[in-house]
Amino acid sequence: MTQTLTFLLMDPPYENARTTTALRLVDAAIRKGCNVNVFAYEGAVYLPFAKQQPHANAVHGSDAAQEDHPNPKDWIAALTAAAQSKGLKLDWVNCGLCVDERGAAECIPSVRRGSPADFLKFVDASANTLVIPTR
Amino acid sequence: MNRYLLIESREPAESASVVEHYELAGELAKRGNDVSLFLVQNGVLPVRQGALADALAKATARGVKLFADEFSLRERGIEAPFAAGAKPEPIDFVVERMLDGTKVIWH
Repeated sequence: MTQTLTFLLMDPPYENARTTTALRLVDAAIRKGCNVNVFAYEGAVYLPFAKQQPHANAVHGSDAAQEDHPNPKDWIAALTAAAQSKGLKLDWVNCGLCVDERGAAECIPSVRRGSPADFLKFVDASANTLVIPTR
Repeated sequence: MNRYLLIESREPAESASVVEHYELAGELAKRGNDVSLFLVQNGVLPVRQGALADALAKATARGVKLFADEFSLRERGIEAPFAAGAKPEPIDFVVERMLDGTKVIWH
């Protein structure tokens, strides 16, 4: 039987190695054949924000294509596709209040809006849960 | 006996609470629990030879099993031998512990 793991993330993008580690954990869980739930709380609702743009880097002398700057929304889309390719599901829920506070409603299509009650449902339906808090 | 995996993402110089986290691991192990400490991000810095790893060594002396994220080690150019008997593991280690029902705590 396919097991499900839940992760709660709180950090906004581009600020802390915790985001990279969290997405590495999601990747590892999918590679191991798990369904994955993510509840994005506070600044983490900006991780799948659809208007993230790659940029040039004048210091490096590179344009946007050469810089190839990765954006978290692309990583989340890739993880969602990886799960689907294995018949699994990455269910990413953004906290609606956190979204409204931040004006972060424009997220990539696979992400849905929810509330902390969804986190409780995730926990109840999962084999285990890891909370990765800000500090 | 419970199984615990404590994840430490910081180094002791960053916050006094890091050593407290090591001590928590040691105390849980002393009370007969199966305790692993997984170091990640800058949390791996104390396993570098020559670093101050005394607090980690105290935890392992109490029975804590010590692991370090191999990607974080590689990013920082930290190579074997590792202080305090740390064993490198991929991030998959955390997922495996989650799947076997271990209580997992991030710090």
